[in-house]
Amino acid sequence: MPVQPAITDIDHLKGRPAVSALQSASLLESAKFDRNELTIYVNRADIKQACELLRNSPETKFNFLADLTCADVFPSEPRFEMIYNLLSHSRKERVRLIARVPGGDASIESIMGLWPAADFFEREIFDLFGVRFVGHPNMRRIMMPEDWEGHPLRKDYPVEGYR
Amino acid sequence: MILNMGPQHPSTHGVLRLLLEIDGETVVKCIPDIGYLHTGIEKTCEAKFYQQVVPLTDRIDYLCPMTNNLTYCLAVEKLLQLEIPPRAQFLRVMLNELTRINSHLVWLGTHALDIGAMTVFLYCFREREELLRIFENVSGQRMMTSYFRIGGVSMDPPIDFWSKAKTFIDKFSERVDEYEGLLTSNPIWIERTRNVAHLTADDCNSLGVTGPTARASGIDWDLRRDMPYSSYEKFDFKVPVTNTGDVYGRYLLRVQELRESNSIARQAMEGMPEGPYKAEAGKIVLPDREKMKTQMEALIYHFKIVTEGFTVPAGEVYQGVESPRGEMGYYVRSDGTAKPYRVHMRSACLANLTALEKLCVGRLLADVVAAIGSIDIVLGEIDR
Repeated sequence: MPVQPAITDIDHLKGRPAVSALQSASLLESAKFDRNELTIYVNRADIKQACELLRNSPETKFNFLADLTCADVFPSEPRFEMIYNLLSHSRKERVRLIARVPGGDASIESIMGLWPAADFFEREIFDLFGVRFVGHPNMRRIMMPEDWEGHPLRKDYPVEGYR
Repeated sequence: MILNMGPQHPSTHGVLRLLLEIDGETVVKCIPDIGYLHTGIEKTCEAKFYQQVVPLTDRIDYLCPMTNNLTYCLAVEKLLQLEIPPRAQFLRVMLNELTRINSHLVWLGTHALDIGAMTVFLYCFREREELLRIFENVSGQRMMTSYFRIGGVSMDPPIDFWSKAKTFIDKFSERVDEYEGLLTSNPIWIERTRNVAHLTADDCNSLGVTGPTARASGIDWDLRRDMPYSSYEKFDFKVPVTNTGDVYGRYLLRVQELRESNSIARQAMEGMPEGPYKAEAGKIVLPDREKMKTQMEALIYHFKIVTEGFTVPAGEVYQGVESPRGEMGYYVRSDGTAKPYRVHMRSACLANLTALEKLCVGRLLADVVAAIGSIDIVLGEIDR
């Protein structure tokens, strides 16, 4: 089965509650529907607000933070893409929020206040990508030793490490 | 007083280190320290071809390798939009449920051993040995199976696999009765587990807890039923849910899951469709040996897949699967080349471990062992 091209036109995606909710609060940057999965891009400064809206709005009810991770698109800028994967138990639906973070100021607001589940996920991203979460109470390395230099999952970090 | 527990401690199920602040025998604070098993699998994945990542996924969670194989394969198949033949889907379901039994058996054995019931361990490992022989029979490996491939499974099971699997599935229900006979109404077991390490449904949702641990707290959510994959919608099974939210509830729930998994495995075995065990996609799935010797094209594709992999159209997907421990998710992003741009594993154990502090604080030190056992963590999956 050939891969269908992604739908990126927001007018086509308005029927989806997550898109319409974020758009009416003007928190939506762009959106795409690809391979049966909805991805919404939001501004870095709006991420907590967007998560809160999707969690509390009765049309969306994304009550569960399934996953939080990061991708490094080095060397292009903004370099980091923070990927929030929300799940709604009652509507049986997932949505992916992506916020882009520049390499020069690698920080974003923590969402631990909304979901304490973000604790270890955010620490892992801080450890392996070097993106700082503002408002996280315990921003320390979690996987690598405390005195480790560099952030291994960045694309400019060699796979075999520095020897 | 600060007490250090682990990383070398028999009841931390691997290399988990806990910093316990205690007042007398009561736990005041519990800080998990992880990372002792970090091997950088996510980074390694970025340097491998798509098909070379499959063996790495085994090593994430060594108690349910097939579940991890399945999640990764489903994610890449979603990126490729590849249709999988029904026989391969049923084989995957059957082996996944046997893997779940395998994982729950290890959990039950070690959890009971932690609390002091030694016999259960021997019983569980007796059945686990049979399961590992079945896995060896079908894949050639006891633990690191790598049996699922992108596009299907690596080969059709040998003929004696079916009789072996049938013998196991027929007997297993009685075996579960044996474990229950040792534990369910055992007064010492009940004393150690009932009303211990309580977790509410709201805590589960906010802390990201999934799987049996969440279902024991009353969250009626199972990805196999609610977001079916690999033709789980064709199977008839119950999702056990209880409201007790304590260690005993989690024990009862996992025992019920053992029975349900056995029933799903039986349905898959009995309803196994005939047909190919891998998809018809010459550029992605390795050709049969016979075709390679008779058809020029097949030989070329084989050479190309092995030496330079296959390209995957650019895009990103997230695939969640109900693993024995909760939601196992793979986020795979492709940039259009033969190597994944990013592979991230959403580890159910890492999220469940967030709840450990809630489970332990205010309880006795001896309950910490029961709490760790009851959330069923595998450190390989937490650290990756």
